[in-house]
Amino acid sequence: MSSTLTPTPVETTEAAAPHRVSGGLLDPKLILSSLPDAVKKLDPRVMVKNPVMFVVEVGSVVTTVSAIANPSVFAWAITIWLWLTTVFANLAEAVAEGRGKAQADTLRRTKTDTTARRLLNWPAAQDEEEVSATALQLGDHVVVEAGQIIPGDGDVVEGVASVDESAITGESAPVIRESGGDRSAVTGGTKVLSDRIVVKISSEPGKTFIDRMIALVEGASRQKTPNEIALNILLASLTIVFLIAVVTLQPMATFAGAPQSMIVLVALVVALIPTTIGALLSAIGIAGMDRLVQRNVLAMSGRAVEAAGDVNTLLLDKTGTITLGNRQAAEFQPAKGVSVDELADAAQLSSLADETPEGRSIVVLAKTEYGLRARAQGELTHATWVPFTAQTRMSGVDLDEADGVHSVRKGAAGSVTNWVTENGGTVGKDVAELVDGISAAGGTPLLVASRIGAKAPRALGVIYLKDVVKEGMKERFDELRRMGIKTIMITGDNPLTAKAIAEEAGVDDFLAEATPEDKMALIKKEQEGGKLVAMTGDGTNDAPALAQADVGVAMNTGTMAAKEAGNMVDLDSNPTKLIEIVEIGKQLLITRGALTTFSIANDVAKYFAIIPAMFASVYPGLGHLNIMALHSPTSAITSAIIFNALVIIGLIPLALRGVKYRPSDASSLLRRNIGVYGFGGLIVPFIGIKLIDLVVQFIPGLS
Amino acid sequence: MSSTLAGWLQAVALVGALALCYRPLGDYIAKLLTTAKHLRVERGLYRVIGVDGDADQRWPSYLRSVLAFSAVSLLFLYLLQRTQQWLLLSVDNKAVEAHTAWNTAVSFVTNTNWQSYSGESTMGHLVQMAGLAVQNFVSAAVGIAIVAALIRGFTRNRTDRIGNFWVDLTRIVLRLLLPLSIVFALVLVANGVIQNFHGFHDIATLGGDTQSIPGGPVASQEAIKELGTNGGGFFNANSAHPFENPNGFTNWLEIFLLLVISFALPRTFGKMVGDNRQGYAIVAVMGLFWVASAALMTLAEQHHGGAALQAAGGAMEGKEQRFGIAASSLFATSTTLTSTGAVDAAHDSLTPFGGGLTIFNMMLGEIAPGGTGSGLYGMLILAIVAVFVAGLMVGRTPEYLGKKLGSREMKFASLYILTTPTIVLVGTGLAMALPGERAGMLNSGAHGFSEVLYAFTSASNNNGSAFGGITVNTEWYDTTLGLAMLFGRFLPMVFVLALAGSLAQQQPVPATPGTLPTHKPLFVGLLSGVVLIVVGLTYFPALALGPIAEGLH
Repeated sequence: MSSTLTPTPVETTEAAAPHRVSGGLLDPKLILSSLPDAVKKLDPRVMVKNPVMFVVEVGSVVTTVSAIANPSVFAWAITIWLWLTTVFANLAEAVAEGRGKAQADTLRRTKTDTTARRLLNWPAAQDEEEVSATALQLGDHVVVEAGQIIPGDGDVVEGVASVDESAITGESAPVIRESGGDRSAVTGGTKVLSDRIVVKISSEPGKTFIDRMIALVEGASRQKTPNEIALNILLASLTIVFLIAVVTLQPMATFAGAPQSMIVLVALVVALIPTTIGALLSAIGIAGMDRLVQRNVLAMSGRAVEAAGDVNTLLLDKTGTITLGNRQAAEFQPAKGVSVDELADAAQLSSLADETPEGRSIVVLAKTEYGLRARAQGELTHATWVPFTAQTRMSGVDLDEADGVHSVRKGAAGSVTNWVTENGGTVGKDVAELVDGISAAGGTPLLVASRIGAKAPRALGVIYLKDVVKEGMKERFDELRRMGIKTIMITGDNPLTAKAIAEEAGVDDFLAEATPEDKMALIKKEQEGGKLVAMTGDGTNDAPALAQADVGVAMNTGTMAAKEAGNMVDLDSNPTKLIEIVEIGKQLLITRGALTTFSIANDVAKYFAIIPAMFASVYPGLGHLNIMALHSPTSAITSAIIFNALVIIGLIPLALRGVKYRPSDASSLLRRNIGVYGFGGLIVPFIGIKLIDLVVQFIPGLS
Repeated sequence: MSSTLAGWLQAVALVGALALCYRPLGDYIAKLLTTAKHLRVERGLYRVIGVDGDADQRWPSYLRSVLAFSAVSLLFLYLLQRTQQWLLLSVDNKAVEAHTAWNTAVSFVTNTNWQSYSGESTMGHLVQMAGLAVQNFVSAAVGIAIVAALIRGFTRNRTDRIGNFWVDLTRIVLRLLLPLSIVFALVLVANGVIQNFHGFHDIATLGGDTQSIPGGPVASQEAIKELGTNGGGFFNANSAHPFENPNGFTNWLEIFLLLVISFALPRTFGKMVGDNRQGYAIVAVMGLFWVASAALMTLAEQHHGGAALQAAGGAMEGKEQRFGIAASSLFATSTTLTSTGAVDAAHDSLTPFGGGLTIFNMMLGEIAPGGTGSGLYGMLILAIVAVFVAGLMVGRTPEYLGKKLGSREMKFASLYILTTPTIVLVGTGLAMALPGERAGMLNSGAHGFSEVLYAFTSASNNNGSAFGGITVNTEWYDTTLGLAMLFGRFLPMVFVLALAGSLAQQQPVPATPGTLPTHKPLFVGLLSGVVLIVVGLTYFPALALGPIAEGLH
């Protein structure tokens, strides 16, 4: 159960928090500011990590040399556009990184040099000394008071404080941090707003949460993900095949009487190798992480994002994810001989002193369904209020009326039954049946009873409290099912209650009376069947399960242990976001596949442009292949190369944004993406190259 | 009946016969590859060669067995040719020249059956029967054994064992190839194919000349030549020779035989992976290419321009009058799509586009339906590439039949698709760069180039048919084409077995609605597209300089 001190997480929309860099797709300013980085990346030692673009760079060097040796407009046009192709590829990566850098800068600003008040001998003594935050060691104790910045990550070991974590989460509402329990973690760089806490530092200098965040969003610790490596292997082998195809073409061409210049051969290689995807591959990966960051989720590795796309099973906590945080009154069920209105009135009266969400929901129900105005406690004189406590598990009121004291009590069925019998009354069989009925349906029954004067109390009826499933969850789960993802609801409720809610919410399965061990066992069982499991968690006892899950999303409100164990942290602490994370993972993979398909399909048109240009002079019949009716051999080859370069720029926004993803089954996704990127990739270059040729043919020297 | 109508009827009968055999033959092969029972004769054989028939091998060990077996076969075949003059039944043939013997030994061990020699005037009956025919059996069996190992990679989980090569080899030869060959050899004999131990007979022709008529044990070799997608003819004229292929029916039967096992293997695959629909999807792609290619070929041969061709009702040059254009086109398509390489017409005389199609068919990598076993594993590798790209497009780490396609799997698949094009293009490029080798061409210009391209395509893809025209019985061509065949055969096998080992170790991922379905028409279309584009893109420049340049006016 969540602590009542913590404000319930606010349902965040997709829009990023105000201070964050939004998904502004291609800010011209960002392109300009990324240009120097893009040029810097021309360093062959950097380029060699991307085999496809490395071949382009080597080709650019070769054409530059031959253009200097044998200058012509054509040679220089190809040379310049080959260099531009390389720069554009680097630009894509630089822009993607640039967006991360902007976020990192915001974070870095919070990392101003803080001084820490280190406690020397805590808890034995309160002696303190002032040290720089960077000098703090693991296990040091520091004291932080209202208005001060917490100098490092740690756990509160003494006191309670409200903390402003907006620097990290973008959420302006303060959160409560207290010693002990699951709300003890504090993050360096956040600000204490009230009270005084003692924090035990849990991170080494330079390895704090903020440091890691900065590294992550900057992509400094970025490693190629398994799938990216696999795709790179395929792209590299395609590059080699085309390289061989072109190198061996020269003797064949010489035999045919049409030996080709170095410029043309390099142009053919560059046109054929999958430059589009090669140029955008790393940008796609960076942008995928970035899209998570924009949703306030920090993925500790790209591998985790990819795994999210593969998830087969989602473990969802009931409370907060599937249902609203608290149970709510749904219905009044009167005992025999009692009118609903009478019950509603009594229920309302007895709940006025109950400040729990459940209690408030009773007052709301009485008002909305039965038109009973909520009476303020003050307007009833002679009233003695009995507030709800965890011990009595009852609330109520004693009204001093003319005919004696009117007592009304409402609470857990057992407690109220005790109250009735202790005072000489009995709870009728019909009421007991109502109570059992509600329990069986998965709800929580609250008994309402009243007593006038010294008469025996009587049970008036039962309030039906139920978990309210969040709106739209059923549709969401249907969607997930279509995507092939199984949802399992995790709850501490008894199996009966769990089953009822599971059915209402439409999840595939549930785990009732779940202990952390049960959770762990469930994850292992699913994984044994080859499935990938995602879960959210916040408590320290969730940590092993979070570590075991393939995608473990820790809530930022959770403990440091949970955050360390998971491979993602949700800064908004919104468990529903797990679904979005899965979608982003899928979108990332789809974008890669779509651009690969597009890139390969492009080659067909390029062949139709370049092959006739190379050989129509000796085999006029091959002129028939010039179906685009390109102006001249030189204009045709130049157009193909220009198209090849421009398409990279044109697709940067798509690479950064990701292709459109609508949750659906594999077949319809595939049909759509093959249609758009496969057939599109076949057709678009025919049009593009033709259009460029219409312009290029007027350049003297190319016609 | 017009030859066109006859051609159509033959094609329809062929499809019908292949469809009839698909299930029983495919199931039978699946059973022989999976059953735990050994025949008594097999147990005896295992004892002789010292193999534990119940012990499965890891992939490196399986590969070592394949390579060792092939190396020994190669050496044996080479020595047999070099010493035949001292042995029985040499029919007065001398020792085969070293480079020819090397080329032929490689050719038959690799299931290529490229023949740089003329059968009747080079090889004695002993070499034909104990050497070449034996390799016809075992080289075909090796192909099926490799694909069996690959399929086990899909069906087995968390193991490093992919089967026992010796058991696979023995069973495929004893239970599949031998019985079928015996039956169909008898059918061929009944229809006029010769089977004897005669040498040459000199006879007087009607015109008063004398002619030398060869004899030999042809039928026994003819059946396995087609069944095992070998294609090495007893005679130089191969299946155009009336003693190998006397009439229309034997011609039809030979086409059927060279297709039947390769077209049934997808069923074996479906059966073994426990989902017959997977087999249907693969066979659909194979069938699509075969039908389309046969139709295009017939079209190209029948509707070629030119007055002489029109008068003859199509391009009859180089074709046997007794088969006609349609049946010859069907044969040419089937033989080049199956890595068989037997021919019943001169491919050099096909129209430019018809000839181009035969080259393109081989360039596809011999996968539609391809050689025995090798066709299916080639297609499965392309399926893996298709699944990888398509799998990404459905938003999951790609998986095929529950096995994830990670970097290790893609490494082997990529190396596989890299190998053959490299050998073809480098070989052709070298030949064109060396002035001495260019001189071997009969024709100049685009057609001459096609001859060289054809030779290297045929050798590297283990087809074995020749365009003709070019003189290949030279030291250079014998050596390089031999190397092309050797690498074209065994390098892919290394990658396939490594892939099988890698797949077998995985824990399968359960299929969900989010998994890419690999048994639906959409996937059939996608795989066809990948086959076409991956091949087309690699070879387009070379094709443009050969048949396309020749065909477009």
